Amino acid sequence: MTSLPQETERKLGLVIDLDSCVGCQACVTSCKEWNTGGHMAPLTDVKPYGGGVDGVWFNRVHTYEHVGGERADNGGSRTVHFPRSCLHCENAACVTVCPTGASYKRSSDGIVLVDEDRCIGCELCSWACPYGAREFDTQVGVMKKCTLCIDRIYNDNLDEADRVPACVAACPTSARHFGDLGDPASPVSQLVAERDGVDLMPEMGYRPTNKYLPPRARNVEAEMPMLEPVAASGFLGWVDKVLSR
Amino acid sequence: MKPKIPVGANTAPTQRPLADTRAPAEGDGVDTSPLVSDEVRQTTCYMCACRCGIDVHIADGKVRYIQGNKRHPVNRGVICGKGSAGIMQHYSPARLRKPLLRVGERGAGDFREIEWEEALSIATERLARIRATDPKRLAFFTGRDQSQSLTGWWAQQFGTPNFAAHGGFCSVNMAAAGLYTIGGSFWEFGEPDWDLAKYFMLFGVAEDHDSNPIKIGLGKLKARGAKIVAINPARSGYGAIADEWIGVRPGTDGLFILALVHELLKAGKVDLDYLVRYTNAHVLVIEEPGAPDDGLFLRDGEGRLLAWDKGAGRAADALAAGLNPALSGRVVANGRKCVPVFHLLAERYLGDAYSPEAVAETCGIPVSTIRRIAAELAHVAFEEAIELPVAWTDWAGRRHETMRGRPIAMHAMRGISAHSNGFHTCRSLHLLQVLLGTVDVPGGFRFKPPFPKPIPPGNKPAGKDGGKANTPLSCSPLGFVTAPEDLLIDAADAPIRIDKAYSWEAPLAAHGMMHMVIANAWRGDPYTIDTLFMYMANMAWNSSMNTAGTIAMLTDKHETGERKGEYKIPFIIYSDAYFSETVAYADLVLPDTTYLERHDCISLLDRPIGDADGPGDAIRHPVVERDRDVRPFQSVLLDLGSRLKLPGMVDEAGQPIYRDYADYIVSHERSPGIGPLAGFRGEDGKAFGRSAPNPKQLERYIANGGFWRHELDDDQRYYKMANRAYLDFAVEMGFLAKPEPIVFQLYSEPLQRFRLAARGHGAVQPPKSEAKRIETYFDPLPFWYAPFEEALIDASAFDLHALTQRPMHMYHSWGSQNAWLRQITSQNRLFMHRETAARLGLQDDDWAWIESPTGRVKGQVRLVDGVNPQTVWTWNAIGKRRGAWMLKDDARESGKGFLLNHAISEFLPPDASGRRYSNSDPVTGQAAWFDLRVRVTKCAAAETGFTEPQFPTLRPPPHMPPAPAVSTFGESFRRWREARG
Repeated sequence: MTSLPQETERKLGLVIDLDSCVGCQACVTSCKEWNTGGHMAPLTDVKPYGGGVDGVWFNRVHTYEHVGGERADNGGSRTVHFPRSCLHCENAACVTVCPTGASYKRSSDGIVLVDEDRCIGCELCSWACPYGAREFDTQVGVMKKCTLCIDRIYNDNLDEADRVPACVAACPTSARHFGDLGDPASPVSQLVAERDGVDLMPEMGYRPTNKYLPPRARNVEAEMPMLEPVAASGFLGWVDKVLSR
Repeated sequence: MKPKIPVGANTAPTQRPLADTRAPAEGDGVDTSPLVSDEVRQTTCYMCACRCGIDVHIADGKVRYIQGNKRHPVNRGVICGKGSAGIMQHYSPARLRKPLLRVGERGAGDFREIEWEEALSIATERLARIRATDPKRLAFFTGRDQSQSLTGWWAQQFGTPNFAAHGGFCSVNMAAAGLYTIGGSFWEFGEPDWDLAKYFMLFGVAEDHDSNPIKIGLGKLKARGAKIVAINPARSGYGAIADEWIGVRPGTDGLFILALVHELLKAGKVDLDYLVRYTNAHVLVIEEPGAPDDGLFLRDGEGRLLAWDKGAGRAADALAAGLNPALSGRVVANGRKCVPVFHLLAERYLGDAYSPEAVAETCGIPVSTIRRIAAELAHVAFEEAIELPVAWTDWAGRRHETMRGRPIAMHAMRGISAHSNGFHTCRSLHLLQVLLGTVDVPGGFRFKPPFPKPIPPGNKPAGKDGGKANTPLSCSPLGFVTAPEDLLIDAADAPIRIDKAYSWEAPLAAHGMMHMVIANAWRGDPYTIDTLFMYMANMAWNSSMNTAGTIAMLTDKHETGERKGEYKIPFIIYSDAYFSETVAYADLVLPDTTYLERHDCISLLDRPIGDADGPGDAIRHPVVERDRDVRPFQSVLLDLGSRLKLPGMVDEAGQPIYRDYADYIVSHERSPGIGPLAGFRGEDGKAFGRSAPNPKQLERYIANGGFWRHELDDDQRYYKMANRAYLDFAVEMGFLAKPEPIVFQLYSEPLQRFRLAARGHGAVQPPKSEAKRIETYFDPLPFWYAPFEEALIDASAFDLHALTQRPMHMYHSWGSQNAWLRQITSQNRLFMHRETAARLGLQDDDWAWIESPTGRVKGQVRLVDGVNPQTVWTWNAIGKRRGAWMLKDDARESGKGFLLNHAISEFLPPDASGRRYSNSDPVTGQAAWFDLRVRVTKCAAAETGFTEPQFPTLRPPPHMPPAPAVSTFGESFRRWREARG
């Protein structure tokens, strides 16, 4: 089985803001279009125009209603849009389970990758991943997954400003952030601290690098004093004041 | 003050590249700097109507990657779910390949491929005959057309009044209500002040034309902690992140808004200073029932509006600066009994009918919520007002040291618009905005130049004479009616237009009524036509009401008489880039290009891309080569125009003036110096606005990223309706004829003119049968009434409202053919409140009939909390006809997805007199999609598993390649990189 690095020099990852994600799918398709021609190309689509269409996606958004809870609105629940992709865990079970060393975690930046040449398509890693973040390409016979856009973030052929994951560049509501979560002084780490960012299913012990920012408290002022009638003389009397055009 | 638009929206420290982007020495052999593309070409997206700037990466002659253009004013680098999927739209197997001529029965899909010359000859011969006899027998209607300044001009030169785009079945209530009230509306007319608003109300929007700007804006509001209130029967994406979701009952938004107005008036929380400066609140209205000018404004001998000057105790020029006008009190002025507009307004909305207690049950909103929202609005508007330290000069030359703002912004669209009471609802919303003093002020709603326009804009609809043989119309077919004299009706009150726009049935139909064209042409009411010419409008499927009926009309033949055996709609020409459902019903198909293969201009003459801080426009240009025998529709239209020798399209020798659309974009002048594109004009390309054409203009646009934008000076950015520096600029640019203030029309005199006509005054009066309807709905002040359908049917038998929304990833797009987008949604469900479902005995995934008085459809149910319990809704246009769009026969879109349109009628049930009006707003003719009432029942076991109604499978045109069983798109770039290695 494959070993994990003791410690990584950086812990690169994403921070996803559930307070402002509207579920527009921008991150989903921008990821698809970059990566289908990128490091793990292609992201094969089986039956792309038929029933039972099934494609490889590194990032998916799920929409559901969370019933009850303190952030429920007057419908008694809250609609949540939840983007899901590889969390680049520090204690990545998908790596330790890999029989060939194909699945590995980089010691320099912490990105979890699959080496296609070593992948035998056994799919153990997808069983091991508690987040369902691995995608098997049935046509190529190898496992594929989010690369944190490793072919963008260091890419000398892109403008400096474009060296961020495609999903972060695309997100129209600024719900996606990127950086070194291993550096407490980094802007992303500070954002996580400020907004009480959380690990996904921390009890499982996989120590995901990506963080989620929970929805903020709703801005509903229960204490707002109600309006009072303007004057005993009536509204039209009150209006009879000096105004200048 | 405001910074220049920064490059890139996502530039927070948490969205930037690593401080050091050098690749670490991992030693795992990963190529961290692969080649991306050979070239990046910048153009404008067309995956919806948002018109974002895109950077298209081309590798090995193919589209490798599409990203947002960081400098572009619309999207500033971000890109939505549709935009990134543009690759799959461009490479869709459903792209048409060659002109087609029908050879079998209409609808059977039997086509012969023909050459362009033959196609254009057929069209020219037919259209020339129509033009030489009776031009209005050509009905030319375009769908999601972004070239209406060309298509409208073409119709004008052809001489047919029967032209419109899809606005009549989209959001004309919103546009018309805005243009008749404040001189602009939402989307391309104006936008919330995302940077300064502290309170934002979003009405009836699941997704909108302004897709990325709204999302960028919501992100800004969130970052600042501004409050977001979503008013929508369904809690979809934007509502999900709102601080407060108000699940209003459909069609009652106007009542809710007017209850807020009631509360604000009662508490004196209205901005009186703003009202007397920028609105007609103080103008005197003649109040002499029975008089021919009752309800019109009092004017002096020179036609000037009058108000009551309190100091002088007499009537005075209402628009004079410095006047101290009365807002209340009945007076006798110049011998006439009068009352200020505001007095009438206060009387109406302070009435009990609009109290929260009176409306709460109807709206499905608790009294306490209505009162609280009113209190919050008052608090933010008056206790949290902002002052920008920017001096400006008003229209009268008075200098103001600051710009005051009441930081409440609102946005609304189709949800409140697509009802038969939508015009008055949209006017109610603008009334609320204006009473709070929030229109074009810091933190409020802001106009995008060229708006605001005069109220309403000055152009009238053309075609009063019905169009004459071989003669152009005097101006564009669409315009703004201000009195019954402007209507397009003949001496017998019959409509001039095939869709009955601008008739007594829909007098202010500023965008036409495309939803009625096929039904009217089929019935020969008001007359028959020869040719229906459509572009980009899926009228045989999701763009029609009563889809099954529409299909029958398109294929119906005369059974008797001299035309026996001929189609009732004799000839149909259709242009589309894709094999949509409507292609099968065309006699002649003119295949269009994809958006990456064409020239376009997103023009200030039409629907520009500007923002509140500056006007702008943009182009498309071919970024990939065409690989099929297709032509861009606009070039084809100009070609047809020159073959028909239409004025303006041929020179004196009869030769074409424009080589193609690109040539037109650069060299056409609508008036001297005003062309389709405002940027880089003049021979040296240094001028903008009104200046000579520049033959190198497109090159300059391309070099500038595909767009042009002019940034307003700081003192021009707010109060545009009364800001001298802005008004002078607008005149210079040709946006306005005169630098005069634009006075918001809370009370609408054009509406009152119709009401007077209905009461028997004036030269043009409605027939008796129409008088009551005109008198009722042409109320000069906004009011609320129940939508027509629920008032005419047994509402208890059809106990639920039924709505559609578009998913964000398919809004205004053609998404079902898109291999990526359809993986996100390939089957729509009927969303229903859990309590409602329990009452009906329905569970998740149950199959149910959705039945209206018109028809029924079948689909699967999904239970949710986030919906008004009296409402069911679904995603629109997911359901597809089997065979269309090159989807396989087992695609869920056709097997399980459903189209609610089958249950919606284009006609209302008969009224007391037996008359069936169109299912439209009585003022503007807007299609009332969302008035639909249904009942939902569980299907029998044998009926489950498939949608109904079903139609015969459409056969693809000849030589369409089969859709692939597997797509490995992108693999070739890997090989290309390796080869280039």
